[in-house]
Amino acid sequence: MKKINNERFVGLSASVLAILCGLLFGFILLLVTNPSQAVNGFLMIVQGGFTDGMKGIGDVLYYATPIIMTGLSVGFAFKTGLFNIGASGQFAAGAFAAVFVGIKWTFLPAGIHVIVCLIAAILAGALWGIVPGLLKAYFNVSEVISGIMMNYIGMSLVNLLIRTSIYDQLKNQSLPVAETAVLSKMGLNKVFDGANINAGIIIAVICVILVYIILEKTTFGFELKACGLNTNASKYAGINEKRNIVLSIVIAGALAGLGGALLYLAGSGKFLQVLDVVAPEGFAGISVALLGSSNPIGILFAGLFIGYITVGGYNMQLYGFVSEAIDIIIAAIVYCGALSLLFKTLIYKFQMKKRNKNNKKEEA
Amino acid sequence: MSYVIEMNHITKQFGSFKANDDVTLQLEKGEIHALLGENGAGKSTLMSVLFGLYQPEQGEIKMNGKPVKINNPNDANELGIGMVHQHFKLVHNFTVLESIVLGRETTKIGILKMDEARKKVMELSKRYKFKIDPDAYISDITVGMQQRVEILKMLYCDNEILIFDEPTAVLIPQEISELMKVMKQLVAEGKSIIFITHKLNEIKEVANRCSVLRKGKYIGTVNVADISKEEMSEMMVGRKVNLVVNKKEATQGEPVLEVKNLTVKGKTAGKDAVKDVSFTVHKGEILCVAGIDGNGQSELIYGITGLMPIEKGQVILNGKDITKESIRQKCLDGLAHIPEDRHKDGLVLDYTLQNNLVLQTYYSDRFQKNGFLKFDEIREFAKGLIEKFDIRCGQGEDSVTRGMSGGNQQKAIIARELDRNPEIVIAVQPVRGLDVGAIEYIHKQLIAQRDAGKAVLLVSLELDEVMNLSDRIVVMYEGEIVADVNPQEITREELGLYMAGAKRGVKNEEN
Repeated sequence: MKKINNERFVGLSASVLAILCGLLFGFILLLVTNPSQAVNGFLMIVQGGFTDGMKGIGDVLYYATPIIMTGLSVGFAFKTGLFNIGASGQFAAGAFAAVFVGIKWTFLPAGIHVIVCLIAAILAGALWGIVPGLLKAYFNVSEVISGIMMNYIGMSLVNLLIRTSIYDQLKNQSLPVAETAVLSKMGLNKVFDGANINAGIIIAVICVILVYIILEKTTFGFELKACGLNTNASKYAGINEKRNIVLSIVIAGALAGLGGALLYLAGSGKFLQVLDVVAPEGFAGISVALLGSSNPIGILFAGLFIGYITVGGYNMQLYGFVSEAIDIIIAAIVYCGALSLLFKTLIYKFQMKKRNKNNKKEEA
Repeated sequence: MSYVIEMNHITKQFGSFKANDDVTLQLEKGEIHALLGENGAGKSTLMSVLFGLYQPEQGEIKMNGKPVKINNPNDANELGIGMVHQHFKLVHNFTVLESIVLGRETTKIGILKMDEARKKVMELSKRYKFKIDPDAYISDITVGMQQRVEILKMLYCDNEILIFDEPTAVLIPQEISELMKVMKQLVAEGKSIIFITHKLNEIKEVANRCSVLRKGKYIGTVNVADISKEEMSEMMVGRKVNLVVNKKEATQGEPVLEVKNLTVKGKTAGKDAVKDVSFTVHKGEILCVAGIDGNGQSELIYGITGLMPIEKGQVILNGKDITKESIRQKCLDGLAHIPEDRHKDGLVLDYTLQNNLVLQTYYSDRFQKNGFLKFDEIREFAKGLIEKFDIRCGQGEDSVTRGMSGGNQQKAIIARELDRNPEIVIAVQPVRGLDVGAIEYIHKQLIAQRDAGKAVLLVSLELDEVMNLSDRIVVMYEGEIVADVNPQEITREELGLYMAGAKRGVKNEEN
């Protein structure tokens, strides 16, 4: 047991080290672009969501919700040995399905309507995931290639469908969804003092717990992880590895799709834009999954952290920094996160040295 | 007596693990010096140090009495040290000649000049009676020939110190005796050879002296002429070993596994790796599939177990046709498989031992309820197997399998497979890479299965294992069964001829 705890400790401290290195890099960046305001700007980032009291914290939770979902999507697939770079397309598909149902199916009673929207998003995301899944399982097509393709198909198709069905020509975006399709605030906006927070974060946390239980406690998770760690041995043991590949990426797609719904049904004044941009939340999900070492609980905290410094980034604009600066800093942190293996080895080495020293002391 | 190479008090550490602990090896000019030790004793590490692949923490290397520093394989080559690796390092779509000169090409203003090289290679080939075709492609020649290419490569570079790393593992008896002749000729010409092996017969035959390693420690150096095989094996293992497997007379029963006209496609297109193979394994017998590596044995087993699709044929287990069944169903029907590659197929290395022990049974009612794993039950089950099969590992059932020794990993697989009480055990090279103690144990387990009236299908490349364990032998050559013989009625040499394809017995077994 001790060894397992040590592994967790090393994993956690590697993530913390990655974050510190990324922040340091960010500070240097701020120093270079605007030396006089660098310290103030940096303090804003570090203060992050705490700057505005409860409202700030509420906003952190709001920003974190969709990227926790895409992070879960990427992390879940990763446990099965798949790199779900298609989370963006699944996210967009889910977002569109939710908004479409939210606008068009007003015949549904309140309470049911929003749930149908969420289910539509889950199905759309899953559908977007099943294509790379089937290609991977039965034709050994890399899920990275087909995932990227599905991202572009998703982006263009969503743009097309918005224009033909739910288009607000004046604003070049989707129409607002019906009141009955908006996620309940559940009084959270009162607790958090007018922030955009809503039931989405609760759904995200429930998903985190569900994914954790699936992966750690069930036979299904046992199979998925076995396939991810060693496909050959799984096949040898009689596990249907093809079925697991498809299921894994379908579930990942459903998670990302649900994430899309949670963002666009938040009632925060966010609309589907007709832009030729692949949904950035999907890529943010990759960062979150990396930073959280694909562990559901880790992903929860990584998502919260990224939400936290994103809010800090907005506040930083007060000091004349462009909001892209915060994107670069997040990228730097993720970059360092990707190097976490290096940090892990460093920490192991450090521990080893310490142990050797202790041993020598004991000998002497 | 001066030494051409002295490795004095070498210590090489990986983390806290000492792969070599104060090891000394002194090679005289013109001798064949055997380096004996079990797998994991540190032989390869020591040679990697000599070859410049690793830097030792302590100790020095001297050449002709002068200290030398070997930082990389190029340094070693310049000092005239050459090595034939256990797994040949050849480029498959190169010709023999190209492979030999690779890295030492003679050129004129950047253009290859092969004529001189060809002359030198042919001279060498003639001198050692290698009968090599310089224009044949590596992928087309036999393993024995490939080894000759490797030897020529060393000679082409005028190496004086030659390292042979387990050179006989891939050869048939006839090829082995020819290799021994070549080695003797080489030392007669003044070259010096380090011969790495764990086969005592071969040491007895060619080596002058022998250094023994055990668990990274230097045990001693002996004159081969003064010591018996039993004493050598005792030095190697650290206790008395029973070199002969004891087993009762076989009592052959009804057929358990029938393979009929099985054909399996190979990895390269157009070639069948297994061609129309039929045989039967009966209750209470160990049927051994002998043959040189790469003659379709792996594909045969993959075909039977369902890991590879088959072209045609039938697999029948206890009268039931299981050809088209899923791997899981085959497993439930009583087919156990100890795979050839335990890391690739047998274990999820990053899973804990207990998870690996339930890899095929986690879904049974014993270990799950409504899709949720019963962790306590799994733990109890694993503890039981660990004790029953004497699997040794640091953290018991929580050990990560990757960190366990090869022998204990193999024991874990065997525990898992045999505990299911299978009808037939298919074991593919079950003792590959294991130490003598583990080999003894695994052989005993297989014989116990046989004595309990179960069937065992054993695929082995080692003639010793084939001769000692089997009750019946079929030999595979180029995807076909070329012999079906009784081990008591055949000599090793005759078996070697079958394995080399020089002789054919029955084509198909008579039922």
